[in-house]
Amino acid sequence: MSNKEQLLNDIGIVSFVLVELGLYLDTHPTDRNAMEYFNHYNRIKHQMVKEFSMKYYPLTMDMAESNKEWRWGAAPLPWEGACE
Amino acid sequence: MWNYEKRLQFPVNIKEPNALLAQTIISQYGGPDGEMGASMRYLSQRYATPYKEVAGLLTDIGTEELAHLEMVAAIVHQLTRNLSMEEIEKSGFAPYYTDHTIGIWPQAAGGVPFNACQFQSKGDIITDLHEDLAAEQKARSTYDNILRLIKEPDVCEPIKFLREREIVHFQRFGEALRLTQEKLDSKNFYAFNPGFDMCKDCND
Repeated sequence: MSNKEQLLNDIGIVSFVLVELGLYLDTHPTDRNAMEYFNHYNRIKHQMVKEFSMKYYPLTMDMAESNKEWRWGAAPLPWEGACE
Repeated sequence: MWNYEKRLQFPVNIKEPNALLAQTIISQYGGPDGEMGASMRYLSQRYATPYKEVAGLLTDIGTEELAHLEMVAAIVHQLTRNLSMEEIEKSGFAPYYTDHTIGIWPQAAGGVPFNACQFQSKGDIITDLHEDLAAEQKARSTYDNILRLIKEPDVCEPIKFLREREIVHFQRFGEALRLTQEKLDSKNFYAFNPGFDMCKDCND
């Protein structure tokens, strides 16, 4: 796995943790342990997404600040899988 | 993957309920040229173009249409909250109320339920983009029809915003069609379907 693939894979893992924690916290809004987990992984996710977007391509439009060419349009299409 | 932002794209703050208006505006939720059909149309079509910028545009417009779907639902919701039983009966809202109370359900103004036949995903990007250009104009006409029926400024303003977005999307789809045609044989755009006849091997 390349560094790019590894980082994207890690973002997927951390994001899924956040999705799960988010749903759990929707129904357990006072669980402090869960909130600590959420805050911790949320910070990590933001760092990782920022790093990925700067090194490779923007994952969200708010990471797509560009100079010469619009970077958002150049990103690969996720639904093409291995065949980019 | 999608993220939800807990805000409307354009504010909806309707003070007076009006079930009669809700019945016309719900057409832009689940009617033939409504926002549900729009978002599903573009998000379904994007797999059939090999051109990244066109697939990206379909993704971004399809995503914006989901925000419009939410705005239309917010309008209908605010127009139907705090209704008295008398208002429900007088405004002709009773048939909808019988089946859905004041919940949001995708139907046309005439009561016809949402149907995927209301949009096409043909697997040919030239065909699909022509469908999209027509769809944006049909939605613009529907908003024009709605605007002739309503005078209330707090309902008109978000509807006018949605109408303007149809015009911008039409413009962008026209550009996407031009981008697509520039990549094809200028003597015969229909020589082949770039999403089918030019299938590349993954390892190319």
